[in-house]
Amino acid sequence: MSPKNRILQYSLAINEALHQTMSRDKRVFLIGQGVKSPWYVGNTAKGLLEKYGTERVIDTPVSENGITGAAVGAAIAGMRPVVVHPRMDFMLYALDPIINEAANWYYMTGGKSTVPLVVWGIINRGGEQAAQHSQAIHGIFAHIPGLKVVMPSTPYDAKGLMAAAIQDENPVVFIDDRWLYQSEGHVPTELYTVPIGKGVIRKKGTDITIVAISYMAAESLKAAQELEQAGISAEVLDLRSAKPLDQELIIRSVSKTKRLVVADVGWKTGGLSAEVAALVAEKLGTDLKKPLQRVALPDIPAPSSKTLEAVYYPRSKEIVKAVKKIFQ
Amino acid sequence: MLAKQLLKKMYKDMVTIRYAEEILVEPITKGEVRCPVHLYSGQEAVAVGVGAVLARKDYVFGNHRSHGHYLVHGGTVRELFAEIYGKESGCAGGRGGSMHICAPESGFLGAAPIVGGTIALATGAALAASIRKDGRIAVSFFGDGATGEGAFYESLNFASLRKLPIIFVCENNLYATHMPLQDCRAANNIVATGKPFCIPSFREDGNDVLKVYELASKAAGLCRSGKGPVLLEFMTYRMRGHVGPDDNIQGCRTDIRPAREVAAWKSKDPICKLEKYLLLKKICSSGELKRIKEAVTRTVKEALKFAISGEYPDPKDLHKYVTKE
Repeated sequence: MSPKNRILQYSLAINEALHQTMSRDKRVFLIGQGVKSPWYVGNTAKGLLEKYGTERVIDTPVSENGITGAAVGAAIAGMRPVVVHPRMDFMLYALDPIINEAANWYYMTGGKSTVPLVVWGIINRGGEQAAQHSQAIHGIFAHIPGLKVVMPSTPYDAKGLMAAAIQDENPVVFIDDRWLYQSEGHVPTELYTVPIGKGVIRKKGTDITIVAISYMAAESLKAAQELEQAGISAEVLDLRSAKPLDQELIIRSVSKTKRLVVADVGWKTGGLSAEVAALVAEKLGTDLKKPLQRVALPDIPAPSSKTLEAVYYPRSKEIVKAVKKIFQ
Repeated sequence: MLAKQLLKKMYKDMVTIRYAEEILVEPITKGEVRCPVHLYSGQEAVAVGVGAVLARKDYVFGNHRSHGHYLVHGGTVRELFAEIYGKESGCAGGRGGSMHICAPESGFLGAAPIVGGTIALATGAALAASIRKDGRIAVSFFGDGATGEGAFYESLNFASLRKLPIIFVCENNLYATHMPLQDCRAANNIVATGKPFCIPSFREDGNDVLKVYELASKAAGLCRSGKGPVLLEFMTYRMRGHVGPDDNIQGCRTDIRPAREVAAWKSKDPICKLEKYLLLKKICSSGELKRIKEAVTRTVKEALKFAISGEYPDPKDLHKYVTKE
């Protein structure tokens, strides 16, 4: 296969971003629980320890608060750490260093000091893992001034957004989803960045806009194909960043289609889907032909049992249903 | 005996901190200063004794009560006061106030009032130094109250695992806001918390700047030779309230600490102690001490004028410094 259309797995795309940024920038290091273990981080950290040693690939005790705080401190002291939380749920222990310290630091030092830090949280749900091993908490971070939040849905974006997050002067929360780790796609061999805060139209359409992020962007594409069969031309907008939101792209697309479904991987109340809906209401008012629909997790903790799991996580089927409701 | 110049500098630094803190009492009481101010009066020997062993390139993180740390590590009284008055000319452009002072250009990377939070940050600064092998050491200043936080123990463990060049400096002033130590710690043994993490740990009189210097010097030596981290506990006392001049818990503006205890610690004033030593050893004449005090008085008065006359941040700049482009 020629490098021009090289196909790479999502998790290996992240791995490649780490290899290439660590190789060109000595300030970059990876720290977190399980970076030595594929059981924790899949193959995203493959080969890093062998190449960069325990100085720059630091496996840590179970101390999310202390370790994330140390990563913040190292960033203030001139490094570019990537601190990984193999399950986002455990990252809740680190809300203090992420929110109180990292997010506020540039502001409260009056611009004297920045925190060029990547906080990498992996959504790791399904498989009957229940409420504390399944949560997608990007909404919490998107709420916080001073943080950027990215959620790539393709291998290309996974590599480009990880590279962009590392190069950014600000703290960036990079959130990926284990359900995407096996997905494959075109990934250039050289190092490149995907702009933070910019969404992308994955599929052009004229009848309705589906605004989605992360895993739901992939599901939206499947839904759009199915809708095509039913004669509905859906435009799929992958946000890629939960913060900053690509407001311009959302408004441009919805102004054209005048119909909207928002598909999020998080809970419905107070989350990303609510934010997108509010934005459209603010900017477009009553221009929509029909009330918008949201596809999100119900306001319920993640269940364990498979019968409950099956109805808990929305997929393309629910997106199709939401679109069809608008066209009823 | 330490070099005369160093002793005189330490004296001047301690007086500068004290006078800077005390001149703020009136504007705080009158309501001219509105942001919460945690005065450092009484604890000067710790900031100055530890600061005297550090190089400009070393890293320091403070906490909510950090005016002293800031002034020792390259901060100026002018920028400190301007920050407290919320002025653009403050060390954080009026965005941080008294609790977020910083002078990163001289190693004082910052201060923050989330108790215990900066312990982890300082550990990270030491980690940065250790990855770069640049010979820097880091110092984390925190109070006895911070030892109730998990971040403290997580940081001790991680720093010891990685043999990080960091001095954990606990300034034990016996009160966590309104809570006496015996009401919030099962035992008065902060120094002993280093032991299970295999960290060399020492306790010392925090009101004796010479003893502080000696111990800090030893700790810095250990850190610079790869034998860090080190935990130091300095026993000291704040002469003012937790926040503001008095212990104005729930607005009552009365000091909750026993009068006898406050008086007993006043007799151990670290500045008086050093002053006696300087006179006894004939390092300074009383005239010279007087001149130092007069010079410091001029500095802090001028700084206060600078702060009061400074411009406030322009409201149109509210959005500045949220994220860096």
